[in-house]
Amino acid sequence: MNKGPLLFLGIFLTLAFSWTGIVLTNHLTVGQIGTYIDAETGTAFPQAVPGLAQQGKRVYQELGCLYCHTQQVRRPGFGADDLRGWGERQSVPRDYVQQERLLLGTMRTGPDLMNVGARPLNAEWHYKHLLDPQITSPGSNMAPFPFLFEMRKIVGQPSPKALQGLPPQYAPPAGFELVPTHRAEALVAYLLSLKHEFDYPESIPVNTSGGKK
Amino acid sequence: MSSADPSFVASLKPGTPEATAERALLSEIDVSTRRPVFFFLCAALVWLLVGTGFALIASIKLHNPAFLGQAEWLTFGNVRTAHLNSVVYGWATNAAFAVALWIMARLSRTQVRHLGILDVAGFFWNLGVAIGIVGILRGDSTSIEWLEFPAYATPLLFVAYALIGIWAIIAFRFRQPGHVYVSQWYLLAALFWFPWLYSIAQLMLVFAPVRGAVQPLVNWWFAHNVLGLWFTPIGLAAIYYFLPKVLGKPIHSYYLSALGFWSLALFYNWAGVHHLIGGPIPAWVLSAGIVASLLMIIPVVTTGINHHLTMFGSFGRLKDSPTLRFMVFGGMSYTLVSLIGSAMAVRSFNEIAHFTHFTVAHAHHGLYAFFTMVMFGSIYYMMPRLTGREWPSAPLISAHFWFCAVGITIYVVGLKIGGLIQGWEMVATTTSEAGEVALRVPLFLDIVKHTLPYLVSRSLAGMMITIGHLAFAVHFVWMLLQPRAVAGAQPVRLSPDAALPASRA
Repeated sequence: MNKGPLLFLGIFLTLAFSWTGIVLTNHLTVGQIGTYIDAETGTAFPQAVPGLAQQGKRVYQELGCLYCHTQQVRRPGFGADDLRGWGERQSVPRDYVQQERLLLGTMRTGPDLMNVGARPLNAEWHYKHLLDPQITSPGSNMAPFPFLFEMRKIVGQPSPKALQGLPPQYAPPAGFELVPTHRAEALVAYLLSLKHEFDYPESIPVNTSGGKK
Repeated sequence: MSSADPSFVASLKPGTPEATAERALLSEIDVSTRRPVFFFLCAALVWLLVGTGFALIASIKLHNPAFLGQAEWLTFGNVRTAHLNSVVYGWATNAAFAVALWIMARLSRTQVRHLGILDVAGFFWNLGVAIGIVGILRGDSTSIEWLEFPAYATPLLFVAYALIGIWAIIAFRFRQPGHVYVSQWYLLAALFWFPWLYSIAQLMLVFAPVRGAVQPLVNWWFAHNVLGLWFTPIGLAAIYYFLPKVLGKPIHSYYLSALGFWSLALFYNWAGVHHLIGGPIPAWVLSAGIVASLLMIIPVVTTGINHHLTMFGSFGRLKDSPTLRFMVFGGMSYTLVSLIGSAMAVRSFNEIAHFTHFTVAHAHHGLYAFFTMVMFGSIYYMMPRLTGREWPSAPLISAHFWFCAVGITIYVVGLKIGGLIQGWEMVATTTSEAGEVALRVPLFLDIVKHTLPYLVSRSLAGMMITIGHLAFAVHFVWMLLQPRAVAGAQPVRLSPDAALPASRA
């Protein structure tokens, strides 16, 4: 092969093939999907995430949560995401149309978080879990985030936000209290906002038996 | 290979034997590339050590989360990401630049012009990587896998890359007429594909983000192609160049080379979407990606056969040539990792292996056991010719090879087993007689606990690899402190007893 231009043309066309097929085609189809208006209530789904939770998403990115937690549920029958309680239906493209940056993730060192806000875990649980996962989930290999909390001297009335009921080795010394920072509050607001329970026409599970194929 | 343009030596003394003239021409070309290539190699080495440090911290954190747990900038999500970006854009890409430029100049049989372009590019690239790594540690990561550098670092990288690409095209354009060798196809393709991938990904994900599920598609179109259309072609170009060079015989088959190249170019770029199997992506795209992943068996087997048949009958040379030892380890890893990669795209296997440490092991199998080992082999060949000094110590080369080779083997095998256990336990179910389907391992925390021994084995393997890298770094610096070799000095050989063939190791 001695023809430079011919070689170059081949090199160009091969990548142009997938650029057209994967990037451009999907941008013109999947990329145009918008919100879905529920006929009964007139509400557009998925709903926009409130401001504090938006700030929390930024914290989620800053701490690299994505590298251990996915935000995508596989359909019932493929994997066992439904049985693990991560979501009753598979995630569909429309679930993500309100998000400026998608945090799908590819690794489940920890559980999927697509619907973590729908699980019976309150803010207090999340705060303790973030302070040190060993408090709520002994044996976990998740990183602790003590820097999301502030140790303060109690002046006057104790803060209503201060963490209560910590195990002795985490409890602040007498006269001090441990208070979530604004970032911690935002992150927990974000986690609690994560739920995708509305059923779109296209999200009805492909395999409704709920079991393996 | 005969030269159309006589070297300086040959022009002074027309009767010079062809082999001598050839060697003189190559060494003139080597001298002309010395400054930028040497710079890229030094930068690569520094980033290799930095990236290895981040890797060890991240690995230990995953089985001992309290380790350095108080410092936000060293939290797992940051350190792991700093590791990936420093080895991918710092070590591997700098090494790829050095090897690509050096081989391109030699094969184009032309002395390097416009060195200033490469100096500026090298400076910008490494400045961009440094800014990007600091940005990640500060929490400015974009959280887009393989594209985590914050937006204030990436334009620098793009400009640097464009300059290098332009230089390579100039070098190719002003080549001596004659046959275009297979390594040049790969180099030219890689140098063209990467800026395309990178600029589209930056544009569609960071600067003007596309909507919804198109983002992960662009993300994995980019991230998988960085491996397949940037690192793989450079690695294969190096094997195609150094294997015949060290052995002193031609590549087995021209036709297999061509088939391997064009089938890789055609199939690889569709394969990346297999990272999204089970995700919110149209089924046809995933199916196309799976088909392309399986078709990758063609280039992989073709290239593997071609390399193996070239090596055949010369395996004894592994005893003495450091370059060959690393190259053959890398080449065999390429075949193995690619075949496993094709298998991972099959839906039934993907159901288990996806979202687990198996993928992490696979990534290291490709980028380390294949690409990094090939780069090490190339550097062992290039450095004496760039610096005019021989490697001072055979035991240090052996230490480097064995610690890295055994280390990465333990890493990959251990973590793949751990990943399979993790993946199987996450999806395994039982059906009772009444037809009730239940999880075999209902508690997620139990799965985490079962993977811990394999995460510990990863840290131990990482420590071995670190020792190998330190041996390499010490040797590299020691070499530079040596006086220049005298005429007639013999190259370093790993086994002094092995017979030295006609070509230099």
